[in-house]
Amino acid sequence: MSSSPALFIEVEVDDSVARDRELAAQLAEVCPVDIYRAGPSGVEIVRENLDECVLCELCIRAAPAGTVRVVKLYDDGALLGA
Amino acid sequence: MLKPGHGESRGIPDGNPGTATRAIPGGMLSKARAAGFPMQAGRGEPRDSAREPGLGALRYPPAPQMRFFEYESRAIVANAGIPVTQHGFVKSADDARRVAEQIAGPVVIKSQVLTGGRMKAGGVQFADTPEEAARHAEHVLDLEIGGHHPRGVLVDSRAAVKHEYYAGVVWDGIRKRPVMLFSDMGGIDIEEVAERHPEHVATAHFSTLRPFAEWQAKQLIASLGVSGSALNRLTPILARLARLFLDYDMTLAEINPLGELEDGSFVALDAHMDMENEARPRQRAILHELGVGDEETRQAREPTPFELAGEQVDAQDHRGVAGNVTEFDGDLGLVIGAGGGSLTLFDAVRAHGGRPANYCEIGGNPSVRKACGLAKLVLQKPGVDKVAVMMSIVSNTRVDIVARGVIKACVELGYDPAEKIAFFRIPGAWEEEGFKILARYGVDYADRSVSLHEAARRAVEKIQGSAGGDGAAPAERFRQTTAEIGDERDV
Repeated sequence: MSSSPALFIEVEVDDSVARDRELAAQLAEVCPVDIYRAGPSGVEIVRENLDECVLCELCIRAAPAGTVRVVKLYDDGALLGA
Repeated sequence: MLKPGHGESRGIPDGNPGTATRAIPGGMLSKARAAGFPMQAGRGEPRDSAREPGLGALRYPPAPQMRFFEYESRAIVANAGIPVTQHGFVKSADDARRVAEQIAGPVVIKSQVLTGGRMKAGGVQFADTPEEAARHAEHVLDLEIGGHHPRGVLVDSRAAVKHEYYAGVVWDGIRKRPVMLFSDMGGIDIEEVAERHPEHVATAHFSTLRPFAEWQAKQLIASLGVSGSALNRLTPILARLARLFLDYDMTLAEINPLGELEDGSFVALDAHMDMENEARPRQRAILHELGVGDEETRQAREPTPFELAGEQVDAQDHRGVAGNVTEFDGDLGLVIGAGGGSLTLFDAVRAHGGRPANYCEIGGNPSVRKACGLAKLVLQKPGVDKVAVMMSIVSNTRVDIVARGVIKACVELGYDPAEKIAFFRIPGAWEEEGFKILARYGVDYADRSVSLHEAARRAVEKIQGSAGGDGAAPAERFRQTTAEIGDERDV
């Protein structure tokens, strides 16, 4: 599995929810390409899967408004769903 | 019925209402082969001038077919009631001697390999005595041909032949029905006969739904001027060949040569059969009878390491397809696909003078990782200067996902995508996002307003204008692009 840096997608999770284990589990469940993992300390980002993001917005909808941001690096840093 | 004429073989109406009579031009048989298609029969390797499988070109690739060894093809033919020469399949020199003793006459020792070029490689030897047969068998059993080690040898009676004919049935992928072929010039390559002596080849399509009638075979044979006893004896042979083709889901069934002996009887001197791979489950009975194991792939040649690596890329993820790779020796790597688009694009690249390094299929929305894996494989193939990424208009594959995959492959290998991707033409689902990605990396791309053929032309033009790229390190522009992105991420 590639561990190279993501070229196209970055995900930012707000500190206010990053340690929320329940949210972590929800994000892990809704993401179809396993970008999120529920770790012992909350939300973990699986960096090698970032570029697999299919822009489905399910993570954005699962989290409190504005706390999960999906950044399109190839589009001048545009935010998904903005 | 078409009259024989220059450049045209004889065609017989298939009797189906609304179906036009159509002859198969001789050139068609060899064009696909000449085009370097990844054909199941022959795959472009040198072939013996005689007694080697032909007509595989009519079956458009890459549908996998299961090839039978000659000794198995003989058994299929014999089971269908077609006379064959006395023969035996053996795996040792001693057994070859024993069979030759039983035949009690001159024999031919033939290597049993699933590849062409036997004659040239010395895999076909003639013997007058059992001792000579044993010596030849020992040699042939150790002889590797085109990377294939023989499964055994066929010890075949050398019949006194008065005249050689050709009889074959092959699946016509364009007409979607079988076509019978008959020639009074057997023993040589049927493509060559069709090319040089089209008046000696007669063809007729027939239905896969209605029972095959003997008159269809008789009409075809008679169209070449065969009459009398020969016509009456040949008719059931061709009819049985047509029926076995249908019964066993063959894609190719040919007898070449079909020998007429001094006494006027006919025998199959050689036979070649290919079965549709998808039919294997329902043809278990005949396969079991022949001793063909489920694990035997029976492809025309062993896959190359490059092709095996392609299978691994495709197997790494259940999503979509990114594989079915076939190796060629050109400099333009291809990442192509979409419901026949890959074949069209392969053709188009060649039509514009390009030299494909590979054939492949991508589609069904593979993951970025899978698209990246395929692109990396192609990019790393020795001799590949650039890749062209092209599909017809896609609805079930995302443009942006494929774009990410191929660009990621370039970047991870240290190449500038703008330099390494000769042309990108995949219009369709999520193309706006895909085009943004391509634009960001300076990749030359086009939307659906550019045809597949024009896209292929541009890709070929790009690689021909690159003055023999050396696969060198990334260009400065690439560094600037990634640096810019990095800067933006920090903001």
